[in-house]
Amino acid sequence: MNPFIEWTAAAVIVIAAFFLLVGAIGLVRLPDFYMRLHAPTKASTLGVGGVLIASMLVSVGHGRPGIAELLITLFLFVTAPVSANLLAQAALHLKLPSRAPAPDDAVPGRPAD
Amino acid sequence: MNVLDMALNIGIAAVTLAVLLCAVRLLRGPTPTDRVLALDTLYMNAVALIVLLGIRWNTALLFEGALLVAMLGFASTVGLARYLSRGDVVE
Repeated sequence: MNPFIEWTAAAVIVIAAFFLLVGAIGLVRLPDFYMRLHAPTKASTLGVGGVLIASMLVSVGHGRPGIAELLITLFLFVTAPVSANLLAQAALHLKLPSRAPAPDDAVPGRPAD
Repeated sequence: MNVLDMALNIGIAAVTLAVLLCAVRLLRGPTPTDRVLALDTLYMNAVALIVLLGIRWNTALLFEGALLVAMLGFASTVGLARYLSRGDVVE
């Protein structure tokens, strides 16, 4: 295999694994559901995208086109925000507590809904 | 051992650790939405792990499996989130 392709794929794999690990650590460590929703949805999208880009590079280096990887990447990039949005709607419907400060124009004495 | 194998070792170790952390949140999560979010992240990490193993074993057979896992993960997350927010999956 071309050494340039090999080094690039190795670097992309390490960066993507770092992002996946950071997303999972945020999922465990952050104190509030909305913050926990923020961490893995962004980091995991970038992490899985990086792993699939590396897989495409390796399969092009082996001389076969990476069509299946491209399909998985497109599918994940379309569906990840949709599922995060539905989870946020469910959390708002269940009225989960948030640690975010109240906005400046909040009516005093009225509970946030 | 060349550089790609070393990077694959690092990547597989990190993704396995991420799967374990998602399992911690799945078992501990105080609310049902936390558990659904942990399952969603677990599906994403499983796709990454399958693709990394496909690179390591130099086979294209595993990518259809990764696509299937991604589709089933999305469908189950949507179903569970709609069940939590509406009390019903299909109205």
